[in-house]
Amino acid sequence: MLGSGLRSDGLHEIHAAGNGDSPAALAFALLIAHLRHRADGRPIVWARERRGTASRMRPYGPGLADLGIDPAAIALLHLPDGRAVLRAGLDAVRDGSASAVLIDVQGRQPLLDLTATRRLTLAAAETDTTALIVRDHAAPNPSAAHTRWHVAAAPSAALEADAPGAPAFALTLTRQRGGREGARFLLEWNRDTGCFIDRPDRPRPATLPLSGAVAAPATGRTGTTRRDRAA
Amino acid sequence: MRIAALDRRAERLGLEPGMMLADARGRVPGLAAIPHDPAADAALLDRLARLCGDYSPGVQTDPPDGLMLDITGCAHLWGGEAAMHIALSRRIGALGLTLRAALAGTPDAARALARFGGPDKAMPDHTMPDRTMDVRALPIEALAAGEEKVGALRRAGFRTIADLAALPSAPVAARFGAETVRLLDRLLGREDPHIVPLSSPAPIRAAMRFAEPIARTDSILDVIEALVEQAATQLAGRGEGGRAFAVQLHRSDGHIARLSIATGAPTRDPALVLRLLRERIDSLADPLDPGFGYDSITLAVPRTEPLFERQPELEAHRERTRPDIGALLDRLAVRYGAASVLRFTGEDSHQPEWAGTLAPTDRPPSPSARPAPEPGEPPLRPLLLFDPPQPVEVLAAVPDGPPRRFRWRGAAHHIVRQEGPERIAPPWWRRKGGHDINPGLSRDYYRVEDEEGRRFWLFRHGLYGRETGAPIWYVHGLFA
Repeated sequence: MLGSGLRSDGLHEIHAAGNGDSPAALAFALLIAHLRHRADGRPIVWARERRGTASRMRPYGPGLADLGIDPAAIALLHLPDGRAVLRAGLDAVRDGSASAVLIDVQGRQPLLDLTATRRLTLAAAETDTTALIVRDHAAPNPSAAHTRWHVAAAPSAALEADAPGAPAFALTLTRQRGGREGARFLLEWNRDTGCFIDRPDRPRPATLPLSGAVAAPATGRTGTTRRDRAA
Repeated sequence: MRIAALDRRAERLGLEPGMMLADARGRVPGLAAIPHDPAADAALLDRLARLCGDYSPGVQTDPPDGLMLDITGCAHLWGGEAAMHIALSRRIGALGLTLRAALAGTPDAARALARFGGPDKAMPDHTMPDRTMDVRALPIEALAAGEEKVGALRRAGFRTIADLAALPSAPVAARFGAETVRLLDRLLGREDPHIVPLSSPAPIRAAMRFAEPIARTDSILDVIEALVEQAATQLAGRGEGGRAFAVQLHRSDGHIARLSIATGAPTRDPALVLRLLRERIDSLADPLDPGFGYDSITLAVPRTEPLFERQPELEAHRERTRPDIGALLDRLAVRYGAASVLRFTGEDSHQPEWAGTLAPTDRPPSPSARPAPEPGEPPLRPLLLFDPPQPVEVLAAVPDGPPRRFRWRGAAHHIVRQEGPERIAPPWWRRKGGHDINPGLSRDYYRVEDEEGRRFWLFRHGLYGRETGAPIWYVHGLFA
């Protein structure tokens, strides 16, 4: 997926579209990291700012395993502020021992500016590391990132007896360096095949904005949704 | 099954080592028995021997349950032999062990006195037989010559050591073997064997003194690098690597600055150690204050582990393209503290809080007990877990039914999909009295999705009607 879609040695920003969409943004970033880890075997570094509401919740290993992500492949850093997360994240990207580095920050991040993102971009290209900045619902800063995504939770395809189904994400590509912007996707994560599925209940975009498809061909379970926020 | 060892109370009841366990149970119905673990006994004895290193440098174990201390020149430090004995007895007694001690001129005599000098002759736990007590009065078993030889001696009419000692040694050697005479000589102090003390490997240290104090950080780091290289040579000689390194900077006015680092894996790579120390210096709350300079620097390696040489040729290429993440994590642990660098772990528990936890990476990992998810099943556990769970206001159609809508952080969520309940009972076995005492409340977990597509993990605390009249709802996690 990364090989043909997102640049694997680039910097990507993943924003939560709304106040309650942080878990969706985080999961999307983790799944990208997971795909990257699966491709080259290097572990994942997850630098998390433990401040505000984030300090009351903890990343949960069984939940990661339920998404198909191996918790043992992740080194989690709990850091006190955005400055520490940025510094540790940049160190991890420069080190090159991780396949993907998540920079998971809360709220406004004045330090996350053009210079900082430029450094991350250069380091990521040099060490072939995927750098992912994960932010909650906050105003974006000027950035040298290759892409910026707004991620919202999307209604899942209901299972029997109206049970919530596989995780679904409504994505908006709000920024792309040297490319078209504004494309929207509705993706469902299929743990068993280990790929994103373009949801069959909505027309696929006629032209893909990236160098390749973000989504694998639609296969797997068909479902019905009642609402489609991204449409 | 036979009895291997007994405590004093069991001995008083007339039980003996070597009895069948079933016979002993017949005589003492309430007998508590645990399986014999010689390896654990040996480990305990070894630990006690190390502890006795506080009393004398010459400590030797005398398996299965003896310790020999050479207290020559040590007793006066404790105020005499009797005071030393009391101090040691208290220390051992505090561990719940019974000590039978004896003091004699030779190790063999001391051992014979301690083992055969007789607690039966009314020697309370913490008294010591007089050192003048004669070894000669001990029974012939005290010779420690083996059952067969002792049997032969008994048949020949020898009852005590004195009986044997009275004879000239040549006929004894002719009849019972030269070994018997040697043992007797050692017991009587005619031959003096020495204790071979337990030895600990010398700590790895390197130190450098300067004619002129040095103050520049770069010069200090150069010296430390040289010291690390010296230590690395020592470590390589032993086939070990350091897990912890401690540097002491002695300032000319007597102040000592201490820097210490720990690594996730044993290492003797000077470049790595130096990088960690540099990181440590950078992260100091009070920067190094050299004052008028340091006049000596020492490096110690307090913790070592075996580390074997690897073939550099074969792995050099891979090492370059695939740096190990351990070095990065060590560096981050030095900068932000070991508690900041975590791995996912968890125990085999159905309690969600315990099934998934976080632990510092310097602890050994625990294997995941959770089975792989079923194909086609959506995630049943959330990505993020609230710790502690957050109370929410829930509206349900019936008090013990599924939730319909809930209010959390001031926002109303209308539930359009839900699955549950998954009932998780409280861990009553962890409480004293088991299920007799109120074990806590059951939780009914629901996976719910609101109309925006956000997925939550809610639970009702307590079964309505049976455990509580007004169950409280909590949100325990957020799904992707």
